[in-house]
Formats: sequence, C-alpha cells, structure tokens
Amino acid sequence: MTAEEWTAVRLSLLVAVTATAASLPFGIAIAWLLARGRFWGKSLVDTLVHLPLILPPVVTGYLLLILFGKRGPIGEFLNDTFGIVFAFRWTGAALACAVMGFPLMVRAIRLSIEAIDTRLESAAGTLGAHPLFVFATITLPLSLPGVIAGAILCFAKSMGEFGATITFVSNIPGETQTLPSAIYTLTQVPGGDAGALRLTAISVVISMTALLGSELLARSIGARRVAT
Amino acid sequence: MSLDVDIEHSHGAFHLSARFVSEPGVTALFGRSGSGKTTLVNIVGGLIRPDRGRVTVDGQVLVDTERRLFVPKHRRRIGYVFQDSRLFPHLSVRQNLLYGRWFTRGNGGAVAEFDAVVELLGIAALLDRRPESLSGGEKQRVALGRALLAHPRLLLMDEPLASLDEARRAEILPYIERLRDKAGVPILYVSHSVAEVARLATTVVILADGKVTAVGSVLDILPLADTSDGGSVLDAVVARHDEGFQLTTLASAAGELQVPRLSAPRGTSVRAYIRARDVMLSLQPPQEISALNVLAGKVAQITPSGAQADVRLDCNGAVLTARLTAKSVQRLALAPGRPVYAVIKSVSFERS
Repeated sequence: MTAEEWTAVRLSLLVAVTATAASLPFGIAIAWLLARGRFWGKSLVDTLVHLPLILPPVVTGYLLLILFGKRGPIGEFLNDTFGIVFAFRWTGAALACAVMGFPLMVRAIRLSIEAIDTRLESAAGTLGAHPLFVFATITLPLSLPGVIAGAILCFAKSMGEFGATITFVSNIPGETQTLPSAIYTLTQVPGGDAGALRLTAISVVISMTALLGSELLARSIGARRVAT
Repeated sequence: MSLDVDIEHSHGAFHLSARFVSEPGVTALFGRSGSGKTTLVNIVGGLIRPDRGRVTVDGQVLVDTERRLFVPKHRRRIGYVFQDSRLFPHLSVRQNLLYGRWFTRGNGGAVAEFDAVVELLGIAALLDRRPESLSGGEKQRVALGRALLAHPRLLLMDEPLASLDEARRAEILPYIERLRDKAGVPILYVSHSVAEVARLATTVVILADGKVTAVGSVLDILPLADTSDGGSVLDAVVARHDEGFQLTTLASAAGELQVPRLSAPRGTSVRAYIRARDVMLSLQPPQEISALNVLAGKVAQITPSGAQADVRLDCNGAVLTARLTAKSVQRLALAPGRPVYAVIKSVSFERS
C-alpha cells in the first residue's frame, strides 16, 4: 500500500467517526422530538431530515456548497464568528457525511424510542424524577440498541459517501480525499487497478467489522437485560 | 393528611365529576370498571390535567384550574403503584427500589428506610434479580417498595391486585395492611372488589358513571355499594375460643358469630365480611339447622333487581344484606319493619 492510500484510509476513518460522533446528540434529540413531540411543523421537520435520503447526493453536496461555502450565508457567519471553515477541508467532508447519514440515524433511534412504553416514563415521574432525568435514566438506556444501530448506519454511510462529499469539498489528497474518492481517482489513472482493489478490500473489511461490532454490542445489551 | 378533590374532566363521551374529602388512613375509591376511578387517581397523581377544578393535599394546592396552577407529577411527592407494576426492565430490583432516592432529600415525606421497607415487603431475596424474572406478586411488592422509598406523602394504588390470581392476592394483601398500619402513609386505593375494600379501607368513596355517589366510613358505605357481589361488613371482637371444636366466637353489635378458629388473641378487633348471597332469611327462629350463625334483625329496605332482591337488615344497629329471589321476598311477605332471622352460611374475616 502506498502512503497516499493509507492517508485516504486514515482520513476516511477520521471523517466517519467525527461525522457520527458530532451528529449523534442531534440525532437523538431530533428522534425524540419526532417520536414524542407534538408541535406545529412536525411533518416539515420530518421531511427536512429525510431530504438527503431522496435527493441526489450531488444536489445535497451542491446545496451544502451554497450554504456552507466560504461565501455562503452560514459558511461566512461560521468563519467570521468562530473561525470554523468547512469548504475544501476534511471538516466539510465530515459535515457532508453527517448530513447524508442523518436520516438513517434518526430513523433507527426514533423507532426504538417509539417502542418504549411511555408508562414507564410516567412511573419514573411519580417517583420524583425530572423529565430530563427520566430521559437520561429510562428513555435513553431502553433505546440504546436503536442508538447503536443508528450510529453504525451513519458510520457506514459516511465510509461510503461519495457524491455529496466530492461536490462539496472536492477531491484533495490528504485533506478531503476519502476512500471512495481515492478509489474513484485510482480507477481513472492507468495502472491504478491494484491500488483500487486494495482500497476496496479495506473498505469491505471496515464495513463488515462495524456491522459485526454493532451486532455483538446489541447482543450483549440484550443479554444483560435478560440476565437474572 | 387530608386530600381534597373537586374536579371535572371529560374524555370523549365520558364525563367525570368528583368531589370528596378523604380522612387519614386508607381511602378506597370503589366502583365498577369504567366508573372513572383510574382517571380520578391519575388526576391526583398529576398524570392527567383536569378540565376544571382543584386538588389539594394537606393544604398544598396541586391543581387549580382557576388560578392556572398545575404542579407537575415529579414535584408532587405522590407515590403511585400501578396495576401493571411498571418496574424498569433495564434495572435490577435493588436499582428499581432506589430509583426515587435522588429526589427525596429534604422533601419532608414519611421517612422510609431501605432495610425496613425490604423487610416489611419480604423482598430481601429478590434484590439482585431482574424484574422479568419475578412473579406477578413479587413484582407488585417491589413496585410497592419503590413507591414507598420515594418518601411519598400520599400513596396511590390503582387496583394493585387486579392482575393477580387469588393466591397471589392473598400473598400481597397482608403487606398492604402492614403498610397501612406501620408505614403511616395515607393511601388512596382503587378497587372494584368489595372484599379488598372491606379489608383495607377506613373511608370509602363510591364512584358510578363518573360521579361520586357516596362517601363515608367503610361500615356505613359498603352495604350501599352497588355491586354484583354485594355484602356487609361487621366490626367485631374476638370473645373466646373453643379449642375442642376449633371455633372462635366473635362479639359484634349484631350478636355473636361462631367461626373457624382464628389465630388471634381474645380482644382482637376483626372485621367480618359477609356476602349477601351467603345470607338466608327465616321468619321463625330456625331450629335443627346446620348453620351456626343466626342473627335477629328487622328488614330495613328491599331493593329489587330483576329476579333478585337485596334485603337490608338492621341487626341491632349493624347493617346486614341478604340476596334473595323475588319469589322468596313475596312468599315471606317481607316488608320494612318485619322482624326476621338471618342465617349466615359463611363469613370471611380480616383483622383490623
């Protein structure tokens, strides 16, 4: 493996982990809102969250470029006030991956929250627990399998995200060239087949490890729950 | 403790309109299913916001729709034991019991110590187990302990025994009695079982179709209860034991009753519950009859219902109800004021 290939693998892992970790709190909050909230405009929020799932990834990437680019309304604001830059940086790749993985994450978490018996939550309330404490000690632990599944889905999506990423932050080796971009680049140059194949194998291994890991984690949670 | 409820609440076509003040001890909310008992308890517990009205406990206002006041359930310090125990499935029994401990500091509720509660409810052996491995009766005992350890100033129990079979009920009832007698927490107890109410309650509130039809002490109210298994409650004292025949004689206002040997010392107060269909009436003092218990009284009121009639007797001030066929009522020419003899076929007893 060449140094560039390694860089792509490391960058992909960094981007995927960052995208998953950063979007998880928002994913849980939105999932909870959609599962339990009763507010005006709920279906609008639902649609917005699912939009990246149905839009062509290139469109999502282009919208991100318009909004979060150096001259974009949000990008300019973030740059001026916090010094955060997304355009053509690995952070932008992470943002694109997070947006693309978000609907998958929210769906999984929302389903598991909806499956929780709300009567358990009201029982916790009668014992004196504040709603936030109820959420942390009852709702969240009981929806943990869904949270893990959602996080893994988002991670896997991030490892494979191509269209939105390349549109938003381009394909800069060492900065925004993730695994899929690197594979794509290698297939475009003569003699790149061997490298593309190596990266493909690595990609398969990482995805399968993530899936297996989530399976084991979910099983151990389930086992802990039925243990007497 | 005094609980003062005056609320109105509509849910679909159902309208609940209830007003009562309860005394210390166990207040039973009694009525058929669908009469609004659970809705009323949920309003007291803060799970439902009433359309209109006030709820106060010990002078503290929990709900007052006029003043737009609503104390959320986690700030009410009202324990709730649900029909389905609602134990947290991801926590052990011990963790379930201790769940409320974070919020009890300085809340001024009845102080219940962990070890004392565990012993009171007999759940020491279950502490490290998970809720799903418990039997129905064990679950309800843990749920009771969990509510108690949150140091409530009032305990709500919504048919805590309804999901259990007869044997499990018999297993739990003594614990609730011990709770009433030892823990000193006032209880609002929902039930549609006359036997449970007779055994536990000091005050009875009868609900029918969303309205309170009667409030008062269990001795006055229960005979009036509109139930399918109606019966009467007599307060009595253990007078003496007959070791030879293994019988115990009880003295009550209505007269003496002989029952199978009770393991209670002389002088113990007991509460006898006599089902209406276990009472026969005779115009003459019955002779050469196998039943041991015959009480003399006067017919006070006859309430016909189809082919049957409930005959309320006044036995020296105590109320006894007999369920007869309409034909028997006519054959004996029963009418208010007529002296009769009540033959009691069976009595169930609870210590009080």
